[in-house]
Amino acid sequence: MRIGLIGQPNCGKSTLFNQVAGYKAETGNFSGTTVTFIESQVRVLGSVVDVVDLPGTYTLAGTNPAEREVIKYLTSNAVDVVINVLDASHLSLGLAMTVELLELEIPIVIALNMMDEADRIGIHIDVEMLKNMFDVPVIPMIASKGRGIQPCFVQAVQVGQRNQKPEPPLYSHDIESSLTLLERELEAVESYLNPRALAIKLLEGDQSLIDQVLSQKPEILKDLRSIQDGLTHSRGKTTDWIINEERTKLSDQVAQQVIRQGKRNITFRDKLDDILLHPIIGYIGLIIILYLFFQGVYTFGGWIEAPLMDLFAQFEVWLVSRFGGGEGILSQILIGVIQGISGGVAIVLPYLVPFLVGLGILEDVGYLPRVAFLMDSLMHKIGLHGKSIVPFILGFGCNVPAIMSTRILEDKRERFISAALSTLVPCAARISVVFGLVAFYLGPGLALAIYLFNLFVIALTAKILSKIVPDTSPGLILEMPVYRVPTLRTVFSKAWWRIREFIVEAWPLLIVGSVVLAILNYLNVAIFLNTLVRPFSWVLGLPHEVGVPLIFGVLRKELSLVMLGQALGSMEFSTVLTPVQMITYAVFVVFYIPCLATMIVIRKELGGKAMWLIVAMTTVIATMAGLFARGLAELFF
Amino acid sequence: MNLLDVPINQTVRIVTYSGGKGVSFKLRQLGLCPGKEVKILRYAPMGGPLMVDAGGRSVAIGRGIAARVQVEVI
Repeated sequence: MRIGLIGQPNCGKSTLFNQVAGYKAETGNFSGTTVTFIESQVRVLGSVVDVVDLPGTYTLAGTNPAEREVIKYLTSNAVDVVINVLDASHLSLGLAMTVELLELEIPIVIALNMMDEADRIGIHIDVEMLKNMFDVPVIPMIASKGRGIQPCFVQAVQVGQRNQKPEPPLYSHDIESSLTLLERELEAVESYLNPRALAIKLLEGDQSLIDQVLSQKPEILKDLRSIQDGLTHSRGKTTDWIINEERTKLSDQVAQQVIRQGKRNITFRDKLDDILLHPIIGYIGLIIILYLFFQGVYTFGGWIEAPLMDLFAQFEVWLVSRFGGGEGILSQILIGVIQGISGGVAIVLPYLVPFLVGLGILEDVGYLPRVAFLMDSLMHKIGLHGKSIVPFILGFGCNVPAIMSTRILEDKRERFISAALSTLVPCAARISVVFGLVAFYLGPGLALAIYLFNLFVIALTAKILSKIVPDTSPGLILEMPVYRVPTLRTVFSKAWWRIREFIVEAWPLLIVGSVVLAILNYLNVAIFLNTLVRPFSWVLGLPHEVGVPLIFGVLRKELSLVMLGQALGSMEFSTVLTPVQMITYAVFVVFYIPCLATMIVIRKELGGKAMWLIVAMTTVIATMAGLFARGLAELFF
Repeated sequence: MNLLDVPINQTVRIVTYSGGKGVSFKLRQLGLCPGKEVKILRYAPMGGPLMVDAGGRSVAIGRGIAARVQVEVI
């Protein structure tokens, strides 16, 4: 048996899922789309059932890919029963979706989540009445505290076993008679929807469904148009509005009857926005919160990284001494494997884990939408929206979680631009190059200048990109969820899934990549690599030896500094490089091609084409920025 | 008058909105339908979005969209 979890954003659906799901939960895509769902096995009444966490959508109108995929999935017999999670503190809007689900006539159980929150704001819900009005089981629940979950799943399994389909909701007379007319004509039409639901969607003007029906029965168009025109004429508005109105009317009616509004207790949480969204204090708060976030992440990462990297270094030395002193091909390959593994560890433990846990906390508390609210006007100036600030911020730690975090953006264009720009944000590894080279030899002032230059280039690139790919979204419309105390379980499960994806998909490629480079190293192709990079190093006035460290730097950015010493034969860079060369090299490293792990994540999240585009873009930007830095530096040195 | 003309803490009723299907659809999804009451909670500085209370939910709306939402004082 398979149970689908469905609900609007912020209804606590993923909290519920994480309460029941095991660590073996799998993320998947609806075939041929980037719309993802998570599936896990859960034990209910001694038998194992599959639970699918469907993407959170406000409606099931099918106007965006996620909604369409969810409808298809729900009606394809893939699920035996759905649990419709409702936020009890915002019942009426949630019920609008319940009405849509009832139209689909699939077995359903309503989970009335966040009963504690409803209580807090003085809302009392008559559960029995709600049950009777829709004639479906309704189970009160506080998912974050684990209450009501067991009875809910037991009910769901029973409803699923009996294949207990609900009655579709009834609308006004004129709509019902139109639906009856249409239904009769649709009887022989093949569709994933039942005739009534199909009739409703046709009336609403769902173009892809209309096309689908017309391909089977073209003569229906005339009748559909005349019914639509009739309704539009009598009601004075288009049919999609009428249907929406009918659903809202019904859900409002139900909500009104089952809700008793008591006294609302104003608590600290209600006042929090007055501080966190204050025109001045809000921004100070933002800076403090981000500072604490980074400080926390780096401190935690530092504790783990240093001893761990020491361990790997010792292991490598031991291994090399064991297998022919690092000369043979075998030991080179082994070194490659170790470097690939340690590279993964160096990303996963110090950065991915704390960053994703931190991001999860900010997400679940409800702060991220507030960041979008505060930053929207500033981001608009470079052609983006408020939410896009999140990948940038994370990018300063590591580009990998930054790319992953672009998932919070719905718009494809916004995702691509944010991902492309966040690869230009210098991550911790690239910061170490700027510090090791420029700050150490030429002073921290110049390092700061490189930072400011970096921000300028990012803003400029954003401007150019948003000109090339014009913004089609009309602007911000975003729900600001109520602040909540996140549950550790949800935060850690979310972080774990994202990390597991990295481990399973990116890490093996990282190891293969470093083995390939190790073999190249063994074959002594340094001359070849240097020649390959020569066009760039020549233009930038850099010694031809920088080819090897730059290419190995793609594997891990730290290597572009470590191997630079090896390539030039001295770690005392001031003796082998001029100040101009140091600055130019550092600027080039800050911007050029994202590291292999980032590339792999870009390919996974946005596709191969986006990855190659970003690689090409960063190469061009790095060369131009390097040239500019060289020209400017030559004026001073 | 449109949503941008409404002072903070005032409650108004949505009359209609102009603009593409995308906008009206998203507004509708979040319960901002004609006939519903909304209360302006705050404005973000520097031409940023505004935040309204729509049936108990807080919703941020960019100014471009807010300008298209026609409202009436109750």
